[in-house]
Amino acid sequence: MADVNRGNRPLSPHLSIYRPQLTSVTSILTRITGNAMLVAALLIVWWFLAAATSPEAYATANAVITSLLGDLVMALSLWGLWYHTLAGIRHLIWDSAVGLDLPTAYKLGWAVVIGSVVLTLVTLLIVA
Amino acid sequence: MVQLTLPKNSRITTGKTWPKPEGATNVRKFQIYRWNPDDGQNPRVDTYFVDMDDCGPMVLDALIYIKNKIDPTLTFRRSCREGICGSCAMNIDGINTLACIYGMDEIKGDVKIYPLPHMPVVKDLIPDLTHFYAQHASIMPWLETKTNPPEKEWRQSIEDRKKLDGLYECVMCASCSTSCPSYWWNGDRYLGPAALLHAYRWIIDSRDEATGERLDELEDPFKLYRCHTIMNCAKTCPKGLNPAKAIAEIKKLMVERTV
Repeated sequence: MADVNRGNRPLSPHLSIYRPQLTSVTSILTRITGNAMLVAALLIVWWFLAAATSPEAYATANAVITSLLGDLVMALSLWGLWYHTLAGIRHLIWDSAVGLDLPTAYKLGWAVVIGSVVLTLVTLLIVA
Repeated sequence: MVQLTLPKNSRITTGKTWPKPEGATNVRKFQIYRWNPDDGQNPRVDTYFVDMDDCGPMVLDALIYIKNKIDPTLTFRRSCREGICGSCAMNIDGINTLACIYGMDEIKGDVKIYPLPHMPVVKDLIPDLTHFYAQHASIMPWLETKTNPPEKEWRQSIEDRKKLDGLYECVMCASCSTSCPSYWWNGDRYLGPAALLHAYRWIIDSRDEATGERLDELEDPFKLYRCHTIMNCAKTCPKGLNPAKAIAEIKKLMVERTV
């Protein structure tokens, strides 16, 4: 790399001044939901493990996971799963170099956001 | 590497508020990033007031107004004042654009101006683009041929020429690359949207005879594949080009040649 920081040059501000865009927000959310689902998956593994261990262990795990907080975490994870799935489909479309013009990219972005909320509500209505 | 906060020497402090122009009734507030390499201080944001009745419509007009009438030390690049030289690229109202073709009527409230994001600052609104230009040079931005040159020029059909539309118009202002979070975190190795758009411009040129070598050169986890289709590049391009699409086309060519 060329010597670009001669004389203690400061780094210009970036995240703190750049206006969020629909495309950048949906992009970072894809990553956040992907990582958050790992935590949700671990919770479910704990639930299954507890069921295989003993009735007492299952009672504890079940109480945590079906508590109000547990329900909230699971409902948000459900949204994360739907969001991540739809965002993944959007990436598949983009990987074939289709839908990258700004108007279409924005429509796809809103479709992922609204679609994930709708699908979450529908799933909740079915399972709850 | 991802570093969300600014290094110590780059943290911004509150600067000076310059007096309002006398007798002006229609003033607008400008907040502008300042850094002087000679005083050993941190960067600061100065506040200026511009008389809108005595100033042209573009952001560059206001910068020139400030430099001429309020503070001659304000430093920025500018040349053509019509969006073709790419010199006055800066961060205005939260997006990267050319000050000369960005109208002040497009901005609500105070006008906030910073240099292009995540770049070493030379002075005030001037970033050091050395590395950016070196990356552009690395993609061989010229026609590479192996066959003997024709007697006159290298000819191209109208259809093949059309493939270059939306690519050749790039003026290398660096707005796109410096809007890209991937370029912020991995700009030392990721080529960034501008250089990749230029790479694609030569890859699909029907007259170019080094397509394979060009693709080989880009087949790298960082140079090309740090693009995650965030699309800040396409959204911010002051010329309305779409580097995200060009990068997707390169990725597609990479897959196509292996199957």
